[in-house]
Amino acid sequence: MSTATHHHVPDRLNGPLHRTVRSWESLLLAVAVAIFVMNSFASPYFLDAWNLSDATFNFTEKAMIAFAMALLITSGEIDLSVASIIALSSTAMGAAAEAGLGMPGIVAVGLVTGLACGAFNGALVAGLGLPSIVVTIGTMSLFRGISYIVLGDQAYTSYPPSFAVFGQGYVGWVITVEMVLFVLFAVIFGVVLHKTNFGRAVLAIGNNATGALFSGIRVRRVKFILFLLTGVMAAVASVCLTSRLGSTRPSIAFGWELEVVTMVVLGGVNILGGSGSIPGVVIAAFVMGLVTFGLGLLNVPGIVMSIFIGLLLIGVIALPRIWFQLQIMRGK
Amino acid sequence: MIAQFVKSREALLLAAIALLLALIASRFPSFVSPGNLVAVFNDTSTLILLALGQMVVILTRCIDLSVAANLALTGMVVAMLNTVAPGVPIVAILLIALTLGAVMGAINGLLVWKLEIPPIVVTLGTMTIYRGIIFLISGGEWINAHEMSDAFKQFPRAVVLGLPMLSWCAIFAVAAFVVLVNRTALGRAFFAVGGNPRAAVYTGIDVGRTQFFAFTLSGTLAGLTGYLWVSRFAVAYVDIAGGFELTVVAACVIGGISIAGGVGSVAGAVLGALFLGVINNALPVVNISPFWQLAISGAAIIVAVALNAQSSRTKGRVILKTAEQTA
Amino acid sequence: MFVSPDVSGATDAAASEPILSLSGITKTFPGVRALSDVSLELYPGQVTALVGENGAGKSTIVKVLTGIYRPDEGTISVDGQETRFPTARAASDAGITAIHQETVLFDELTVAENIFLGHAPRGRRGLIDWATMRRQASEILDRVGAEIDPSVLLKDLGIANKHLVAISRALSIDARVVIMDEPTASLSQKEIEELYELVEKLKADGKAILFISHKFDEIFRIADRYTVFRDGQHVGAGLMADITEDDLVRLMVGRSVDAIFPERSANPGDEILKVDGYCHPTEFDDISFDLRRGEILGFYGLVGAGRSEVMQALFGITRPSAGTVHVDGAPVEIHSTAAAVEAGIVYVPEDRGKQGAIIGLPIFQNVTLPSLSRTSRNGFIRLAEEFELTRKYTERLDLRAAALDQDVGNLSGGNQQKVVIAKWLATEPKIIILDEPTKGIDIGSKAAVHAFTAELAAQGLAVIMVSSEIPEVLGMSDRVIVMREGRMAAELSGDQMTPETLVRHAAGISEGRS
Repeated sequence: MSTATHHHVPDRLNGPLHRTVRSWESLLLAVAVAIFVMNSFASPYFLDAWNLSDATFNFTEKAMIAFAMALLITSGEIDLSVASIIALSSTAMGAAAEAGLGMPGIVAVGLVTGLACGAFNGALVAGLGLPSIVVTIGTMSLFRGISYIVLGDQAYTSYPPSFAVFGQGYVGWVITVEMVLFVLFAVIFGVVLHKTNFGRAVLAIGNNATGALFSGIRVRRVKFILFLLTGVMAAVASVCLTSRLGSTRPSIAFGWELEVVTMVVLGGVNILGGSGSIPGVVIAAFVMGLVTFGLGLLNVPGIVMSIFIGLLLIGVIALPRIWFQLQIMRGK
Repeated sequence: MIAQFVKSREALLLAAIALLLALIASRFPSFVSPGNLVAVFNDTSTLILLALGQMVVILTRCIDLSVAANLALTGMVVAMLNTVAPGVPIVAILLIALTLGAVMGAINGLLVWKLEIPPIVVTLGTMTIYRGIIFLISGGEWINAHEMSDAFKQFPRAVVLGLPMLSWCAIFAVAAFVVLVNRTALGRAFFAVGGNPRAAVYTGIDVGRTQFFAFTLSGTLAGLTGYLWVSRFAVAYVDIAGGFELTVVAACVIGGISIAGGVGSVAGAVLGALFLGVINNALPVVNISPFWQLAISGAAIIVAVALNAQSSRTKGRVILKTAEQTA
Repeated sequence: MFVSPDVSGATDAAASEPILSLSGITKTFPGVRALSDVSLELYPGQVTALVGENGAGKSTIVKVLTGIYRPDEGTISVDGQETRFPTARAASDAGITAIHQETVLFDELTVAENIFLGHAPRGRRGLIDWATMRRQASEILDRVGAEIDPSVLLKDLGIANKHLVAISRALSIDARVVIMDEPTASLSQKEIEELYELVEKLKADGKAILFISHKFDEIFRIADRYTVFRDGQHVGAGLMADITEDDLVRLMVGRSVDAIFPERSANPGDEILKVDGYCHPTEFDDISFDLRRGEILGFYGLVGAGRSEVMQALFGITRPSAGTVHVDGAPVEIHSTAAAVEAGIVYVPEDRGKQGAIIGLPIFQNVTLPSLSRTSRNGFIRLAEEFELTRKYTERLDLRAAALDQDVGNLSGGNQQKVVIAKWLATEPKIIILDEPTKGIDIGSKAAVHAFTAELAAQGLAVIMVSSEIPEVLGMSDRVIVMREGRMAAELSGDQMTPETLVRHAAGISEGRS
């Protein structure tokens, strides 16, 4: 510390290396690498470029929603209706395809549907000040319910061949269109959260919404935009998923909301708001994808993998706390 | 007293249900026949049981998303037990279901209490874990009606004083919860902890411990419902009651139980469940496709939460003397 | 036996033994030593006034007494027996009860239950007996002279009645020690008189009362003994009969009152703010005033007089129902905080933890939050410029911190306040509103805030200072507006600005009395 007459305060306490090593992302990356290594020993089919490419479908669509959800949860809100937005958006696209719209028209209908759903959630939460967890449990039933009303036990299947590009297309070699979208959106949302004024406002609101309001931040507007973004990203995921499956049923993407939230929390986003990172969510997406894929190669069914994901979710939060409590006990 | 009741959320909901029944009865009088109303109540009993447990959890500012998974796992365990040891009496089965459910609820409660992990994260995690365990123990196989003993299947159907045992279970639980919530220290602590956690501490109430008991109660009821569900439908498999946890939360929200904690009543939870039950049972009768059910309950949740928020909007400090008299 | 340091030397405890005595109590929080080796004794049938400035450690000692905090060191004795209060329940079982500053009760429960929660009368099979509870609640409410129906919800009561419920709760626990933490802060004169009678009754019942108050007139009226804390230390105790008001003030502040405020030459410039006929349905009525460049306008009043509410309307938090605001002669429409900042009006709130600092964010992000448009390009943040801006203003305020990327939550109260002020100065405002700017901060930071406020005014900034501390208001302001019950009670300047006139207008006492 400086001994000059005026008290000198340095910009930063620790160097960049110190901050990186001690971060959540580093811990998560270590877990991802460990799973990768274990998988490659456990199955000879793991280290195959095509197999690995196929495996990315496990997480790319969910991760795209998770990026937007990460911002939303960082701001202290949540959207449990994302899987139902996928269903409604997919239903709208199916109807558009049935009506003979071309590929661009179908995609536009899907995205606008997602935007409208996000606006509806946003209006209820940011506009009327209702709790987001209840509102989105409601819209979760409502949006998927509309799909059921439209489709019942039927399905839309008449998508034009050109629509298949999003979920089945390859840019080159083993690189899928979805992978490109995943990377693109990871970068966009990473920049928005970590490098823009908007991202800073999101962090401020998540830490202390009243304090942010008292600092001249337009809290309600920011929250509304976040719901819009989440709605649109769910629609983007819907485009990819519908394109990949080539059909729409009202039960499409059932239960995804909880997997998306799990991915976000695993990625180090505080479920109570205030902190979060997109790189963390990216790594969490890989962790979940690798676990699903690796266990799949070993013929372990998907439902058992969910045990592992559940344990991981609780474990990553519980272990540091247990460790911290032990430290305190030892200290006394 | 009467004026207070008329203004209450419960009265509003009761009126809504009565209106709904009247509308249906105007075209389909058979729907309101005593026999059919009993059937509707019986069909809603499982939702009522779970809503009671969820209510106390929500009162303490928590949420339990693991109830449906708890129900399914307990159901599978008792069904498997019944297939290997058909002779085990129903009383023992009930005790096992209650205990197993309580243990699973207690695990949630301990994680919330001792490690202070947010309840939504805890129960999201245990929800997937409990579901996964069903697969592990059952190997993904179904247990069908013919594998279950008659006694096992008959219990919820047995009619006593004109009502099936399933309905009696719900009625008994409602009565027990009325006493618990209104007449015991623990019951009042649920309200205190959710209403003002800081003040609860000053009053000598342990917030975490109270939440632990709420989760344990919720789990216990989920366990009981697990047996009732599996024996009533005479089938057990991994996915039974999938997504039902959100219907349970919906019943509570419609019943006026505030997600912010501290506000709610047993009557509200029961009426919220009945509201959804009446709609579910009425749709096929009035020739609306059952596919409308989901959208209607979603809309009901949104309307309910908007109404609740309207009535409990926080007022600023009233400083002006003239305003205090009119406020 | 440990003997407590006694500066005043006035110990005449021979008359009776204390019910409760604390000695050598120390309590530390990260970065702050809230209590340092303090002692306190409470005697049956006597009122002990606990006196000290904000931040002296009064609320911390109350939390130690009620089992909310466990002290790091020191002993607590009840009837001479050493004991510990590991939980709030333990303190309550020992017969200690507190009536808190902010009523910590339950809005959604009935009045009866608020009184009896935790010790409700039980009937058959140990179940809560509501009928008995309501009847007993009625009896207690009668005793305190409150006309409240025990079966209404607490949220339907006004603030004064809530307070009476809190007092009833204290009486319902057959307490031996009653702690009253600023009980008259939000009561009317009539209610205060009733409270005094109640205190007399409690004394007659042999209860030991710890009375925390900022109002000297009431301390001298009802207290038998005093204990003075300053900056977390015990600086004196004795009998009220043995001390004068001046000596008590001197003990409390540890310095003479007038010397600590910066010299200011008052020569205000042009009018910059004009508020006319400002009204709100429930909070304030017909507020009109103007403010000039370089002027410091004080707002004095009792807690709950509506001062903060007026300021928060000016800052766009709440919407007034009528009235106009002009800045620099031009009418402005303040429909959001962002609009207020744009108009050049900024607000340093009283509740620093909730509304001022954003705990969890680093210092520099707190400071640049409202100025991001200036430190960024096209919406993209530029860290170097953020640090530069932060450095510029935090250095002016002499912020003490380990680094600018340190979480603002790890700073002391005074330094947090400097961060909040730096945040607003960085926006280059025209008008800065300081709401209780020195509440709960240490003496050193207090002086720094005062000096800096004077400097800002000298540079032409218009300052509104809301304060409940008479010396601060008088020492800093060019003019003072006194508010009472949501209305302007007086506007004072020059010779009219005396402690007596301020108190008189704030309390609504007419000239002739007292």
